[in-house]
Amino acid sequence: MSRHSLSPHQYLILGLVALCAPLGDTCLSRGMTEMRAITLAHPGSLIAAVFTPWIAAGIVLLIGFFASYLTALSWADLTFVLPATAFGNVIVALLARFWLYEPISLERWAGIALITLGVSFVAQGPSLTERPAAETTPEKVGTR
Amino acid sequence: MTVQLSDSPPGFWFASAMIAAVVLTSTTGEVLTAAAMKSIGDLDEIRARSGMKGAIRAVVTCPLFFAGVGFLALAFFALLFALNHLNLSLVAPASASLTLVTNAIAGKIFLKENVDRRRWAAALLVCVGVYLLAH
Repeated sequence: MSRHSLSPHQYLILGLVALCAPLGDTCLSRGMTEMRAITLAHPGSLIAAVFTPWIAAGIVLLIGFFASYLTALSWADLTFVLPATAFGNVIVALLARFWLYEPISLERWAGIALITLGVSFVAQGPSLTERPAAETTPEKVGTR
Repeated sequence: MTVQLSDSPPGFWFASAMIAAVVLTSTTGEVLTAAAMKSIGDLDEIRARSGMKGAIRAVVTCPLFFAGVGFLALAFFALLFALNHLNLSLVAPASASLTLVTNAIAGKIFLKENVDRRRWAAALLVCVGVYLLAH
């Protein structure tokens, strides 16, 4: 097969990667902006931040992201997975605008649109690099 | 108790350095993690054959995976630091998009992935997008 197409289950995994990451980032942002400014002189403050509710919620979401991300990397190229899940940037912008009430200029919207265009461009290609048969030994795919 | 937010917006170079720290540590971690997952094999197949425990065991017994996680942890704390000083709508898209470009380069060099014209064109679009985001 010259083109590695994805199953519905694999699209679901990519969707989880795209959703959990921006939701987690948004929770982290909400938690960090409610804290005092952290300086390099007091790096221990970063550790304490981990135990606040918003940061903890963000970490749980990012664990969900990481589990689905690892699964995706096991059957697709890194240079496919990252662009294909970059649609999360649009979700971040929408969350930042309507939940955190951060201003987003026209230039930033244009930037997000270009990123999304790039994502759709790369997502139409194959998901995995073709390798010569000698490189994919049975040991490499986990069969004993 | 009063909650003190950031006093003034950080300068261009300080903001760039914070984003660069996130991008470099993240790229190193992602390349190492991707190499680990490729060496392990398809996790869905392993889970179907050996169950969830088998899949988790396959991941946590791979040393390369922990090297990747170590760098991703560094990237996480760099992200927390950046979010404390910059807006989410700048930090998250800029670091994610720049990571996309550095990963395309690292993926071609270190992982020998087929980064074809389509993927390079996507990287260029993302570069322009990042410029507009940071403008």
